[in-house]
Amino acid sequence: MTDRSAVYARIIELIEPLNTKKVPLLEATTFAGDMEMDSLTVMDLVASMEDEWDIMIPLNMLPDLETIGQVADAVHGLVQKKG
Amino acid sequence: MTVDLLSKYDSLIAEHAGLLSTGIRDPFGIVMEKVISPTEAIIKGRHTILLGTYNYMGMTFDPDVIAAGETALREFGAGTTGSRVLNGTYQTHAACEEALKDFYGTSHAMVFSTGYQANLGMVSTLAGKGDFIILDADSHASIYDGCKMSNADIVRFRHNDAGDLEKRLKRLPADAGKLVVLEGVYSMLGDIAPLPELVAIAKAHGAMVLVDEAHGMGFFGEHGRGVYEEQGVADDVDFVVGTFSKSVGTVGGFCVSNHPKFEILRLVCRPYTFTASLPPAVVACAATSIRKLMTAHDKRARLWEATRRLHGGLKARGFKLATETPESAIVSVLMPNQETTALMWSTLIELGVYVNMSRPPATPAGVFLLRCSICALHSNEQIDTVLGRFAEAAARCRLPLVESQAA
Repeated sequence: MTDRSAVYARIIELIEPLNTKKVPLLEATTFAGDMEMDSLTVMDLVASMEDEWDIMIPLNMLPDLETIGQVADAVHGLVQKKG
Repeated sequence: MTVDLLSKYDSLIAEHAGLLSTGIRDPFGIVMEKVISPTEAIIKGRHTILLGTYNYMGMTFDPDVIAAGETALREFGAGTTGSRVLNGTYQTHAACEEALKDFYGTSHAMVFSTGYQANLGMVSTLAGKGDFIILDADSHASIYDGCKMSNADIVRFRHNDAGDLEKRLKRLPADAGKLVVLEGVYSMLGDIAPLPELVAIAKAHGAMVLVDEAHGMGFFGEHGRGVYEEQGVADDVDFVVGTFSKSVGTVGGFCVSNHPKFEILRLVCRPYTFTASLPPAVVACAATSIRKLMTAHDKRARLWEATRRLHGGLKARGFKLATETPESAIVSVLMPNQETTALMWSTLIELGVYVNMSRPPATPAGVFLLRCSICALHSNEQIDTVLGRFAEAAARCRLPLVESQAA
């Protein structure tokens, strides 16, 4: 079992190299708005999270995942579901 | 107070205005004043060699194609004013689908009004709620849009990466419906897919396979069907999507298949049903062109020859190309950034060469490109002229070139 704080910490590590605007990475930081990430970068980031936890995050989920916190919740949920 | 719905595009408006303020021509606002042939036009009064048209087989001015269109225009009128499933299927549309079935050797063919609609319609109709669409990351916008419209779960795999496709397929439920969407030729970099590996993995995981052959029809494979034919995977491909707006030389899209239940798609595929069918002249042109492409062996050979000449020539002059060898009839020149790309493009236009300028998000991995597509009717002299003008444009724009590359 992976707890949410561990998931969150690892997500921050995965985002860090893509945070070209050097904005503070917090629960409420948004990908498109605050970090100005384009859709291709976001999709690549999602792929790296899928591989990190061996989960599937369908692209159609992305419109609902605007902040780092929301992504952490979603990833944590998927990891739990996997068991 | 009214919220201006267009203000979300302010940053793009500013970027575009900034580009034009440097004095260059608008790369997305070209008007062809006169089209002389498949390879030449008049743009802003200047005689220009066309090197960015996808008119691979040069069929736009083929006398037989023009004659077929003229006859259909006179006999059937300017348009059908109706859907394919109501009043919009004429003898010309049926004949065009027959030509496609003969060309592809399939039992079914369905003609859409554009290639975009063919992908939009097929992808969104084949996969529904609870199904999975697994697509290559570099897929065309029409495939991504079809995914959005489908209500299926969308999984994207790394471009042309068989291992990545397998890893992602393994994560999916065994009993779910799956559609793997591939392209024979990827139009931005001009690279081709390793279809035998990708298709074998898709089949091993119980997925149906759709291959878009928009940029491969006419000159890959024994019958010119596309990369999937050349690579010998025809038996394992369930659906082939294509277009009339490239090698065929007019406009329209299609899907061909041997699936026994294929015909039902005419009634459930919304981008097919809820739009007007193509004008009779267009499908008559397409049918004639498709039948001529079946045996266009000389033109195919000529297209590859011209492509190798351009690819080798650019490489020898030190340009950085997206593929090490010419994989398709698209030769993409890698550019360092937006400013240089726009300047090079603009200089080439001033020198009388039209190529496509491509930038993210249309291109993968943030690359900027000057994209050339070659036509079977480009003469060696035209290609050599283009090479000279590329070199001159690079000198004028101070584009860094690689020294002493083997051609």
